[in-house]
Amino acid sequence: MPTRIVVLVALLLLTVALGTLWRARQGRVRTAPARADLAIDWAARGVGLGERATFVQLSAQVCAPCRATARVLRDLAGREPGVVHHELDVEEHLDLVRELGVLKTPTVLVLDATGAQAARSSGGMTPAQAGHALAAALPAPAA
Amino acid sequence: MNRDTSAPPAPAGIDPRGPRVGAGITAFLLAVVVLLGASTAGLVLLGVVAAGFALGAVRGAQGTVQGWLFRTLVRPRLAPPAELEDPRPPRFAQLVGLVVTGVGVVLGLAGVLAAVPWAAGVAFVAAALNAVVGLCLGCELYLLGLRLRPARRTADPAPR
Repeated sequence: MPTRIVVLVALLLLTVALGTLWRARQGRVRTAPARADLAIDWAARGVGLGERATFVQLSAQVCAPCRATARVLRDLAGREPGVVHHELDVEEHLDLVRELGVLKTPTVLVLDATGAQAARSSGGMTPAQAGHALAAALPAPAA
Repeated sequence: MNRDTSAPPAPAGIDPRGPRVGAGITAFLLAVVVLLGASTAGLVLLGVVAAGFALGAVRGAQGTVQGWLFRTLVRPRLAPPAELEDPRPPRFAQLVGLVVTGVGVVLGLAGVLAAVPWAAGVAFVAAALNAVVGLCLGCELYLLGLRLRPARRTADPAPR
């Protein structure tokens, strides 16, 4: 019996460690530039670029945080002129998923006015994270 | 501004706290299985948990005993949910739970009782993560599984 209790405690600690790690990574915005050879024909995928920026969200049907993230990004795109949000289903865009190295849903790409990737994020996004990601795609305001 | 309205219509939403409370109850049961160890009692309880997952995989997380407990005992004491959740992701999670616990039950019935606490341990971590931080492990793994499939219809062969 004592061994089993030790096992259970170890499982609890593992759960806490995984949960903490996972939560800290949710929606973290990465602004490292994409691979230079990555040229994706967004128009061919029905993704019309916004005048200023475009959110491309890769979602799956079985993904609950995808819905919440879509709401956050839709709201932001609705408030910001020239910013659009597109949601693509990973099952219909598996080649894109492979090319971009997407491992989980939701994964959000933020494209600048030219369609180049300015930021990327995986996991559910908060409004603050979405705003931060958008700022990376917009030209620095002329102070 | 202009929005993409191509998202599929979602079925009627469920209270998102339901599956998480249910996962908490399930995690408790699985912890008991771990404590029971490689025994017949552990196998029986794991079978009960697996049967619950089977129910959830067919009817959705709201159709399980845990879902019923949440509706009758917990929800009346809570404020209405801020938003409703699509029932499909939690239902997929139930299916993942069924696979993990089902493997333990099948191996246990085949005489490999040692598999019972192992399967319970794995399922416990997944259920506890779901209950505590809302992480759906099955949903995280879904895309990885999808990527193993051979490439099929593509909207646009990537330009090289």
